[in-house]
Parts: sequence; structure tokens; C-alpha cells
Amino acid sequence: MVQLALPKNSRVQKGRHHPAPAGAKNVKTFRIYRYDPEGNENPRWDTYDVDVDACGPMVLDVLIHIKNEVDPTLAFRRSCREGVCGSCAMNIGGRNTLACTHGHDETHGSACQISPLPHMPVVKDLIPDLTMFYAQYASVEPWLHTETPEPQKEWRQTPEDREKLDGLYECILCACCSTSCPSYWWNGDKYLGPAALLHAYRWLIDSRDEATGERLDDLEDPFKLYRCHTIMNCAQVCPKGLNPAKAIAEIKKMLVDRVV
Amino acid sequence: MTTGPTLRTPRSQALGLGSAHHGVGHFIVEHVTAVMLVPLGLWGAWVAIQLAGQGYDAAAYWISKPVNAVLLAVLLVCTLVHVKNAMQVVIEDYIGRFVTKAALLLLNYSVCVLAGALGVFAILKAAFSGAF
Repeated sequence: MVQLALPKNSRVQKGRHHPAPAGAKNVKTFRIYRYDPEGNENPRWDTYDVDVDACGPMVLDVLIHIKNEVDPTLAFRRSCREGVCGSCAMNIGGRNTLACTHGHDETHGSACQISPLPHMPVVKDLIPDLTMFYAQYASVEPWLHTETPEPQKEWRQTPEDREKLDGLYECILCACCSTSCPSYWWNGDKYLGPAALLHAYRWLIDSRDEATGERLDDLEDPFKLYRCHTIMNCAQVCPKGLNPAKAIAEIKKMLVDRVV
Repeated sequence: MTTGPTLRTPRSQALGLGSAHHGVGHFIVEHVTAVMLVPLGLWGAWVAIQLAGQGYDAAAYWISKPVNAVLLAVLLVCTLVHVKNAMQVVIEDYIGRFVTKAALLLLNYSVCVLAGALGVFAILKAAFSGAF
């Protein structure tokens, strides 16, 4: 049965308050989820009053400012700082997004709440464990499958066929989509999730690939594919503006094409 | 999600028991019945309003018309097939424990088949006992 309440040791409690430095003029409050796996304490919400004039415009700038100037124990992933790597995906103001491309002035209300991507095991603070997410991505074998002997040069593709990959290849595997999907929350062990399925479609539609049938065979499953109920959270939160729900619908159409 | 500690690799967990190699049939039936139920449902509602308060004999007479009896049976079967498929998805979505899930799926299937059999029998009885 679906577990609606968090277990006792996972309930988030009130945490510490870090006031703004004296003389700060433009103060904004950030409530940040904190969890240390090495202690026995429950997770907690720490509150940081930050002088946003002292840091850059993005939420990631605020987090780096907090880590450098206020609380070095705060843990989060980040790398490119320009929406390319997907490392800093987290839930900001109730919505999965990238901290590096989300302005701290974009969230409304008295405090901006920041937590790790929902419904994933937490490694520490804002760092989710994405091991299964990556394994599910690998399970769709996201590489070219061919049996025809390799050509002397590259595998050729018409510009029209290449265009079909637009809106698919741009995925950065940040996991915003999969972790915003209720179907993935309830059946994440069997349902591949929007990101893996978007990549599956990217290889299904690739004119150079020769394993379309085998790929469809592997996907035709009540749980791997058909848990998608077109809820569309994935398309709504994708920081790259992609539409995984549409890709999944296209896979379903291909499966129908095969039997009708 | 997987519960309890395991030493299985993430890849092994992601692959699980492999693909069931079915699902497209369920998908097609779900969508075809949904489309069929739009006109059939409207027709059924219109008929129900027309026959409301007219008594058993009037209803039996109406059902005795072959077109009415066949359409009513199709409406009933489509509805129950759609309900069975929809409930199956809800159960698979929200019930994780295998025994509970299997029992509820069996119950869902049994209730829909029984309701369909009873409904079709009732339509046939009314159709053949009504005056032509």
C-alpha cells in the first residue's frame, strides 16, 4: 500500500536559524532541508536570512554564499552554473528546477523553501541518491545499435531525420522530470520514468538505429512504460523546456502501429 | 521503491524481471472503449431520461426492439470493460503488496464479469419477454 505519511525518523523538524549579518539591507529568508546521515537526528528545516545584495541573482549563488560565508556544513551538488550539467537540480519553492538557472526573486512568499528532489533517498542535505535513476537510464541502452557493417566514414542521416532528434537529445538527465512524476513516486522501482523513456524514444526515432523492434519489445510492459498517465508534471518542470510526456505518447503510438 | 537492504547491483534492480511483453492490448482496449462510450453514453443517458417513470412494461417493450437491445448490451459491455481496465490500473498504481494486489485484481475482474453476465442476461430476458 502506498505510504502517505513519512516514517518517524524521516519527519522534518524545525531547525536552526541563521540571522542576517548586521547592516544587511536586502534580506531574504531561505528554508533549507538539512539531513546528516552520520547523526541520529531527524531531518530539519534550517532558516537562513541572507543579504541577497551580497550574492548573485540565482538560487545557486545564494547556496554558494551560504556555504562560503554562513554555514560550511551545507551540502549540495553543482558544477557548470549555466543549466548544462543538471547537477544542481532540486526542489525550489515547491517546484523541481535547476538552482543555477532559477532566480531567487522568482519565488514568492515570505521564505524560499529548498529541498532535495522529491521521493528519492537523501544522501545528505540537498543531495539525492540518483543511482537507480541512472541505472534505469542505462537500461534503455542509450547508444546506437547496428548490425550493418560500419561505414567507412560516419553513419549518414538526412537533415529531416536529424531534426526528429530535436527536443530529445537536449536532455541533461537532471532528474527534475522523473522526480516530479507521481507514477514514478509510487512505482519508481518498475516504471522507467519520464527521463529514461524520453531517451528511449530518442533512440527509437533515430534513423540510424537498427534495434527499433528489440527496443519496443523491451519497453512493452505494464510498468516500465504504461505507468505514464499523462499527468504532464514532467513537461511542466523540465528546465530545458522538453516534453517527456509527448515522447512517451510517441512510444505508445509506435507500439500501436506495430499491431494495428 | 525497493525496500530492505540488497546487494543486487543497481543495473540488476533496474532491469528487474524484464519486460512482460504486453500492455499495448490493454492500452488499445482502454482507448477504443473510451471513444465508443462517448456516443453510447450520451445515447444511454438520453434513453434513460425518456424511459424514466414509464414502468417496466414500457422499458421491456423498448428493449424488445433489436437495435435497442444490441446497443444497450454494447453500452453495458463497453462500460464494464472500461471500468475493469481503469480499476486494474488504479490497483496496480497504488497497491504494492503482491497478495493484496492479486486479490483485488481478481475481485475487480470477477465483479465486472459477473455484472456483465447479469446485465446481458437481464437485457436478453427483457428483450425476449417484451412484446414486439
